[in-house]
Amino acid sequence: MKKIFSKYETYVLIAIVMLGFLINSVNANFFTLENILDLLKSYSFIGILSIGVLFVLISGGIDISFTATATISMYVMAVILNTYGGNIVSAFLIAIVIGICLGLVNAVIIYFFNIQSIIATIATLNIYYGLLTVFSGGKWIYTLPTWFREFAQVRLITLSNQAGGTYGLSIITVMWMLIAVISWLILRYTMVGRGIYAMGGNKVSAKRVGFNLLKSHLFVYGYMGCLAGIAGVVLSLLVQCVAPNSIVGKELDVLAAVVLGGASLTGGVGNIVGTILGVILIAIMNNGMTLMRIPAFWYDVFIGCIIIVSVSASALQQKKKAFRKIAIEDD
Amino acid sequence: MKFKISDTLILFITLILFISMMVVLNGTQFFKMQNIQSMAYQLPELGILSLAMMIAMLTGGINLSIIASTNLSSIVIALVLSRMLGADMSTSGSLGSIILAIAAGICVSGVIGLLNGFLIAYIEVSPILATLGTMTLLKGISIVLTKGYVISGFPPMILSIGNGAIFGFPVPMLIFLVFAGLMALVLIKTPLGTHIHMLGSNATACHFSGVDTKKVLMKTYLLSGLYTGIAACIMMSRFNSAKADYGESYLLMTVLASVLGGVSASGGFGKVSGLVIALVILQVVSNGLNLLRVNNFLTIAIWGGILIIVMIANYYFGRQNNNGKSFR
Repeated sequence: MKKIFSKYETYVLIAIVMLGFLINSVNANFFTLENILDLLKSYSFIGILSIGVLFVLISGGIDISFTATATISMYVMAVILNTYGGNIVSAFLIAIVIGICLGLVNAVIIYFFNIQSIIATIATLNIYYGLLTVFSGGKWIYTLPTWFREFAQVRLITLSNQAGGTYGLSIITVMWMLIAVISWLILRYTMVGRGIYAMGGNKVSAKRVGFNLLKSHLFVYGYMGCLAGIAGVVLSLLVQCVAPNSIVGKELDVLAAVVLGGASLTGGVGNIVGTILGVILIAIMNNGMTLMRIPAFWYDVFIGCIIIVSVSASALQQKKKAFRKIAIEDD
Repeated sequence: MKFKISDTLILFITLILFISMMVVLNGTQFFKMQNIQSMAYQLPELGILSLAMMIAMLTGGINLSIIASTNLSSIVIALVLSRMLGADMSTSGSLGSIILAIAAGICVSGVIGLLNGFLIAYIEVSPILATLGTMTLLKGISIVLTKGYVISGFPPMILSIGNGAIFGFPVPMLIFLVFAGLMALVLIKTPLGTHIHMLGSNATACHFSGVDTKKVLMKTYLLSGLYTGIAACIMMSRFNSAKADYGESYLLMTVLASVLGGVSASGGFGKVSGLVIALVILQVVSNGLNLLRVNNFLTIAIWGGILIIVMIANYYFGRQNNNGKSFR
């Protein structure tokens, strides 16, 4: 029991549940399965990205360029599909390959020239986004193949509501959950995953123990790129068009979700469960404000307060812990 | 054996390279008075914001809230003005009311700075998170205050801050030079400047040499906040309007300019002179490419490319690799 309450995720969960009850007391539509499934579907884009960002944060780095990576992946994917045709598997493959390549570029710059990740990725964000806009001419793509549209409607479980409409568990949500499970397994049970934690905790020690830092870098940023590619396809499935400028500038929103989920910017800390809870917290906030009919312009005020309160709380907790440690050492 | 060349020299060589490149590409057009003047009007906004970013980065932190703080300050100035002068501000405005409004805006930016400083120094939140939070909060407050609309049409005296000239010398450039000079003075001549550099190089050592690191952090972020207030005056004047989400692309640009100017992102190193040269480089590149009618977004990509190239040059020639931070 004590162990549960010492965990950060427990507090996020408590916040989610309390917020849920608050919203539901104002508008009973909140706790319907339909609303929750819809919410999970529309937030799978941010959910998938946040898992990639989590990996980078655990490794002690930070990635700002993933929005540009996601945009390039989905744009090139859409162009190739429209000219050569293909199917849903090839769509994902194209996006993943492009994403991984762009991610590896980040890894190489960061590792070989010893440039801080935030600076390297700010630079690559500008390069990627600038070049994409030049080559695409900023044009939106509205025409996507019909099978692409149909795939977005696939549901694994279909239910119907009283009004006769149907809803269900979308395949997009399932993809998010599947990625989360795979990532959890990687972080928890593989050498690569433990290497990422070790590198984030202490680079020098990780190297002395025998972890290959180059491999870890390549994996972390490559995986971020891969997930950014997948997220790009997911976004175009959700909104059914591809815009070169729709997500660049939203980097810090995703970062906020991951941080709310308990990941630390100094590296070595964070897990998948927390990250998913962080995304859900932001999703519920957003959805709840709509359901409670609060004007949308209050949204940033609430999110800002939540971020400040949660990071302050965890900083204070950390301080208390450090203090206790010193006291023990003094005995 | 590696060569050691000072960072400022590398930057200066880069600047001369780019200027000569632009001259070769554009011919005499580049050195026309009109062109140089238009550059002098464009640089100060980004310049003052970069100074606000730089001082936070020198302590090893970062201030992501500078743009949000700038927008909130300019909205406060605009609201105070419209309260005092009525709906039609663009034709009236006494000196007193304008000074009062600007003072209110700068107070707001100072309070924001203190809030950031408090979170970072006393609660010990990491700077990137604390300012990410305040950034979102401030933007939210700006949106609530304006309901997302633009406030526009300011008194002529406000407009002259960003667009006027004294003896042919652009006013915003003058403001920038004064505040860049002030920042340089603070960093070089005052104990606070020394403490900021010490704190950025090694916070623990700084603490044990008897420096009140918490106070230094408070002052740093207060200064950073006040500079956004100054930037607010220039920005609202140049746009002749205030809005919650102006200039958001400047945020990463200020980091880019600071780093290009030799400010180490892990803190402790960086000079105002380097930053100024970096700003001129960015301005020369964007202006020169603009004259060539190159797509704006290609310019953004080229800025990113320059940043990486300079970082790599620093890695090979500069002090970046003697920091003891190289792991291989």
